[in-house]
Amino acid sequence: MAEISPEEVQHVADLARLALPPEELARVGRELNRILVYFQELQELNTDDVAITSHAVAMENVYREDSSRPSLPVEEVIANAPDSAEVFFRVPRIVDK
Amino acid sequence: MAFAPCIGLEVHVELDTESKMFCQCRNEFGAAPNSRCCPVCLGLPGSLPVPNRKAVEYVIRTGLALDCQVAERCRFARKNYFYPDLPKNFQISQYDEPLTYGGHFHLQVNGQQKRIRIRRAHLEEDTGKNIHLPDGRSLVDYNRCGIPLMEIVTEPDFSSPEECRVYLTELRAILRYIEVSTANMEEGVMRAEPTVNLIDSDTGEATPMVEIKNLNSIKSVYEAVKYEIQRHWRCLESGEEMYQETRLWDEQNSLTATMRRKESADDYMYFPEPDLVPLVPEHEWIEEIRASLPELPSALRQRLVERYELPEYGAEVITADRDTAVYYEQIVEAGADPKAASNWLMGDVMGYLNEQSLEIADLKVAPEQLAELLALIESNTISGKIAKDVFVKMAETGQSAQEVVKAEGLQQISDESELGRLVDEAIAKNPKAVEDFKSGKERALGAMVGYIMGQTRGQANPQLVNQMLREKLGQM
Amino acid sequence: MTAHEVTEQIAAGQLSAQEATEACLSRIEAVEGQVNSFVTVTPQHAREQAAQADQKIAAGEASNTLTGVAIGIKEVMCTEGLPSTCSSKMLESFVPPYDATVVECSRDALLPMVGKTNMDEFAMGSSTENSAFQVTRNPWNLDCVPGGSSGGSAAAVAAGEAFVALGSDTGGSIRQPAALCGIVGLKPTYGRVSRYGLIAYASSLDQIGPLTKDVTDCALVMNLISGHDPLDATSAEVPVPDYTQHLTGSVDGLKAGVPVQLLGEGIDPQVRDCVQAAIDQLQDMGLECEEVQMPHIDYSLPVYYIIAPAECSSNLARFDGVRYGYRTPTETDDINELFSHTRAEGFGPEVRLRIMLGTYTLSAGYYDAYYLKALKVRTLIKRDFDQAFAKYDVLLSPTSPTVAFKIGERADDPLAMKLADICTIPVNLAGIPAISIPCGFVEGLPVGLQIMAGPFAEEKILQVAYAYEQANNWHKQRPAL
Repeated sequence: MAEISPEEVQHVADLARLALPPEELARVGRELNRILVYFQELQELNTDDVAITSHAVAMENVYREDSSRPSLPVEEVIANAPDSAEVFFRVPRIVDK
Repeated sequence: MAFAPCIGLEVHVELDTESKMFCQCRNEFGAAPNSRCCPVCLGLPGSLPVPNRKAVEYVIRTGLALDCQVAERCRFARKNYFYPDLPKNFQISQYDEPLTYGGHFHLQVNGQQKRIRIRRAHLEEDTGKNIHLPDGRSLVDYNRCGIPLMEIVTEPDFSSPEECRVYLTELRAILRYIEVSTANMEEGVMRAEPTVNLIDSDTGEATPMVEIKNLNSIKSVYEAVKYEIQRHWRCLESGEEMYQETRLWDEQNSLTATMRRKESADDYMYFPEPDLVPLVPEHEWIEEIRASLPELPSALRQRLVERYELPEYGAEVITADRDTAVYYEQIVEAGADPKAASNWLMGDVMGYLNEQSLEIADLKVAPEQLAELLALIESNTISGKIAKDVFVKMAETGQSAQEVVKAEGLQQISDESELGRLVDEAIAKNPKAVEDFKSGKERALGAMVGYIMGQTRGQANPQLVNQMLREKLGQM
Repeated sequence: MTAHEVTEQIAAGQLSAQEATEACLSRIEAVEGQVNSFVTVTPQHAREQAAQADQKIAAGEASNTLTGVAIGIKEVMCTEGLPSTCSSKMLESFVPPYDATVVECSRDALLPMVGKTNMDEFAMGSSTENSAFQVTRNPWNLDCVPGGSSGGSAAAVAAGEAFVALGSDTGGSIRQPAALCGIVGLKPTYGRVSRYGLIAYASSLDQIGPLTKDVTDCALVMNLISGHDPLDATSAEVPVPDYTQHLTGSVDGLKAGVPVQLLGEGIDPQVRDCVQAAIDQLQDMGLECEEVQMPHIDYSLPVYYIIAPAECSSNLARFDGVRYGYRTPTETDDINELFSHTRAEGFGPEVRLRIMLGTYTLSAGYYDAYYLKALKVRTLIKRDFDQAFAKYDVLLSPTSPTVAFKIGERADDPLAMKLADICTIPVNLAGIPAISIPCGFVEGLPVGLQIMAGPFAEEKILQVAYAYEQANNWHKQRPAL
């Protein structure tokens, strides 16, 4: 597999919402390339007919019944907010999705 | 050119459960901002989701109503993207393993049958709401966050705005019939996002796919799709460049405008939600849900047309809402004439409900009581005109027709001796009208009838009055 | 003193919960300046709970054997009204409005919490050097790391600052620091202990467990925290035995496998000798031991370093400066800039690297080659364990390939650091339980023996561990602080 290009590292940083300075992008790029080489080992294994394990302990159909209970008081909801206005969280301009 | 419109519809529906999808906060519209939140729906560090069984049931219910397959096994997946209305910055949704899939839907458009394929109906969680301030900043309210949301996606099988309109109307009726959602578009409980482009089926050539947002009624979906198809045609003809993009419907100016171009496909980095285990709906459960499904609107409509000989239009109006349809059948079962019952239901009853902003479930007049009122008209106990007032009285007080008629003394006067006296009086007091009538002016009779009705506060039997007046005048 | 010694003395009326708690608090006063186990010490909270515990005990209403026993809780677990920082600048100001389920268990049973223990930021690391606040030192040698990520919990117990502690283990974060600090650390079966309120690193691997001075204490803490929690959909509805009932001292009739893959290359020869001696001793005591091949274990590290960062990149997306935690002081009118600066400034370098790695392997075009492939190889690793446990009651290996290393020694070599987990990671991938117990010393630093068992067979682990412990006195050695 090809090495990750600096542009790709930048793209991943954008996806992850990490504003990394150029020297860290370079460092992370080097680290990622080292690690990815190491991941190549897995390609040795034939896994064509192997099911995935997303949970080590197999469980299924875990539900709760549809009943409600009181929510947190509004003051507690916004208590940890870095910026709030009355009962709302406040953020800068939102660029539309 | 053999270009033709290709439209797909993605519909999101908030499910009408008591609690949210993954936590026990109330699922409720219109509460004070951020007052329906807990560590789970706020995505606080360490919190974990536990799925609401009822919401899963509701999606299966909908899937079955749309002839979908129910997955033998499926999972939740995380859809990762950053947005302030999404507290975890991922949405718990479903990706390659939807709960139900592969359904279809028959539309009746202009007398033509059309089959629409349903790609999938899956389960996810709703996002919060942003409120944009004049200073450019935004406020966030997470009450809506985590409300169970069903996504129903069709294949791009629609070819006109009218088909979209009929589909959405019918889908909304179904969702209400099976009682999974209020499906109210104005409140945002049901949201539709069409994708529109033109495809040349001969060459495979196509205009770029456009997704339309900001549609809050079926009518706006209709208008926006219509506008967008025309825009594509115009661009094709003029050679103006088109883009794959999301466009916003501008209701005031009746046009769509670019919101965001899609240079590349969005990367949501889906992966199986590790905090939740697979869903394996048991066969018995699915069958139980299937057995509990009510008669769906299309079947009910057909039955009404066949059994009661209602016209298509009448059947459509009556079945638009399940409670109304049930109410209708109950009037008929209580002995009313099907035709009279439908006329009354669509006329006075719906008029009254509209005026008072009531649902039929709130109506104080029971179907049996309405049947009784119709019977009073039938037996000439009251006139059709008086019956309208009687109905309003019944709706206001909850009294029966008989009670209202009795209390108000509204029985129709059909007593010939009393009417004979009134006929004589009318003739005596309206010499001009008598003159005119005799000289051949038919309409002059009206003045005398009017006089009698006035004297009896409208209670005189009009047919009888007419007949007796003519007889008397004939003898003169 | 061990926790069970404290409870025995309390029961005998020789000690009160308040006295025992004060002993921990004075010990903290005395050694914390050197060890740095705690991010926050909570003396007032501890004293209130100790006083309540004494009342309950006096009234004969103590709800748990451990009532009154001072506990340290890792910063990764939410404590209502008390900071829960994950040792990250990102959560420096975060005060949760709720308790993790295990914290609630501990609070309800009135275990006085003396403080929140230091860790590698967001549990990512094997040395506790990745804490944004302080470097915790190994009580056996203050120049060495205590291991990680639950280094604060391990050091606190080893240094006598708390009788017991809770940690979390995603790839060895309980067992490895337990080994390096000469104490007992158990990672339970995935689903045995509720994760509700545990700030997630990698959801499919994370599990909370005890760090204690000996196996009996470990069993007592397991009795306290195990069981089904309706708030955690991955928590198992498997009955919880009284683990202390399995501390028989006998290994008769039990069979053990020794995976050759975990005793070969990469294991320090002196560590290997210690562990081999422990295995030989267990064999002499009647445990039937033989070598077993588990070929897919060799792939554990790449599988782990795909799955864990992928889950972490998504789990840590919520830290964006909107609802809680750090927000960049950079003035911006663009929400995405707010996110990007907040996250770049609030997370430390190791966390940023893992988020980048996870984002990359989940991104379009790479998912199948990395994440999906890793989930499939995980199946193969799990199968190796299933086959082994069809034959053996337990598996034995070293916990850590080396003893505690010097602070700063591996800071520039992330890959070498990651090798610290080669023996512990396979256990998380398979979801099974495993313990680390002291089994000797190399140059004055403790060595850990890892004992693994099949899903929900913690009692077998505790049985073998207890038998070994009783035949030795490693667990009675204390660092000279």
